[in-house]
Amino acid sequence: MLLRGTYGQAKACPTAIMAYCNQPVSASPILEIRNLSCAIAGRPVLREISLTVAEGETVVLLGRSGSGKTTLLKTVNGLVRPNGGEIIFQGRSAAAQDPIQLRRRMGYVIQDGGLFPHWTVEANIGLVPRLENWPPEKAAARTGELLTAVGLAPEEFRNRYPRQLSGGQKQRVGIARALAADPPLLLMDEPFAALDPITRFDLQCQFLELRRTVRKSALFVTHDVREALMLGSRIALLKDGALDLVLTPHEFLAAQTPEALAFLRSLDEPWRRE
Amino acid sequence: MNGPPLSEILTLSAQHLELVLITIAIAAALGIPAAVYLARRPTPRRWAVWFANVGQTIPSLALFGFLLPIPGIGGIGQRTAIIALCIYALLPILRNSLSGILGVDVSVRESAVAMGMTPRQVLWQVELPLASPSILAGLRIATVSTIGAATIAAAIGGGGLGVFIFRGLAMADTPTILAGAVPAAIMALIADEVLEWIERKLSPA
Repeated sequence: MLLRGTYGQAKACPTAIMAYCNQPVSASPILEIRNLSCAIAGRPVLREISLTVAEGETVVLLGRSGSGKTTLLKTVNGLVRPNGGEIIFQGRSAAAQDPIQLRRRMGYVIQDGGLFPHWTVEANIGLVPRLENWPPEKAAARTGELLTAVGLAPEEFRNRYPRQLSGGQKQRVGIARALAADPPLLLMDEPFAALDPITRFDLQCQFLELRRTVRKSALFVTHDVREALMLGSRIALLKDGALDLVLTPHEFLAAQTPEALAFLRSLDEPWRRE
Repeated sequence: MNGPPLSEILTLSAQHLELVLITIAIAAALGIPAAVYLARRPTPRRWAVWFANVGQTIPSLALFGFLLPIPGIGGIGQRTAIIALCIYALLPILRNSLSGILGVDVSVRESAVAMGMTPRQVLWQVELPLASPSILAGLRIATVSTIGAATIAAAIGGGGLGVFIFRGLAMADTPTILAGAVPAAIMALIADEVLEWIERKLSPA
């Protein structure tokens, strides 16, 4: 069942929830990436990447701009074709599955929401249910449920158009849309990067809260270490298209590779020094 | 002032309108699907736009002249006129439709694909609705300019309001010229208003 929480409740973000959420539920992988390589226009973008996402776990892909994290995410739902390696989703090779059906089982959220500007919030959220031919009443009920879950009052937001929403509200709708058909895996590409820090923190907390109740697996791209430490069950650090390390947030704080240290340095708070 | 009788003005106006409607229907039926096809193919797109551009630079009287001797499509009459007018109407329709489809936000198109829409669904449910204001603007420009250009159709026996204009010029008779020019101008203004109204009605939220 979905969380009945409200926007207000999500504002408090106890570390207890974090600790609870960030533990993988089970060891069985929902997604397995094996020796994945990818070149775009002859330039290697991904080199021999192997990574698994366990059921219920959020794996954060952390890296600088151009490190290949978005490309890696896009190979999972077939928006980018890899040159080598294999992707196993729910125990079956992704290459052997119909890409259309595959994508409908993976929720997708991107930076500016990617909402359809000519559709209402309700039509946006109901997209995959509609593609999957759900009865309209069921889809409408689901929309209401999801709007509540992401902290938007259904009766107020259902009939709005994306241009009538703030940045944070668009992202909430984007997340609701990704969750609509209850996909086992969420793919999120810097979903909170364009928000102001206060709204971003709100949404990050809500994402944790949501995960506690819906228990989804997620592959989450970010360049923000803070976000990676807060939301990740594990952090996969990418450097120049190769996997630098894969660690839990706790272990990551003590990581010693140059790239990890560079990221950790960005957490410094020089204004606190005397 | 002795202009031509009202009944003749009405007949020729109807003929003029017919020329325009047939032309726009054909140009739209060719131009919009061509834009859909070319939107995904950059190299043929450059050629097609170049071709349509060149078509538009040929003076209309010269184009009618070129078409006349061509067997099959040429000859005196309405058909040759419509073919020439289509060549002119095609560019604004093609270019506007293309820019409408290509102008759809990349993140919107990417989301549509990533959510599991088929290419056909992306086209009909996302790209075309979002491109529709631009496509309609192209139709409007093409219609208005065709109403003007269609007056030249009379030079090759295509009929329409141009008949008055050529007759009036030959007789050096201003009322006869105006009997062709004024209804054509009114028709262009009305078409512009009506199509703009439709554009506003259909524009996505």
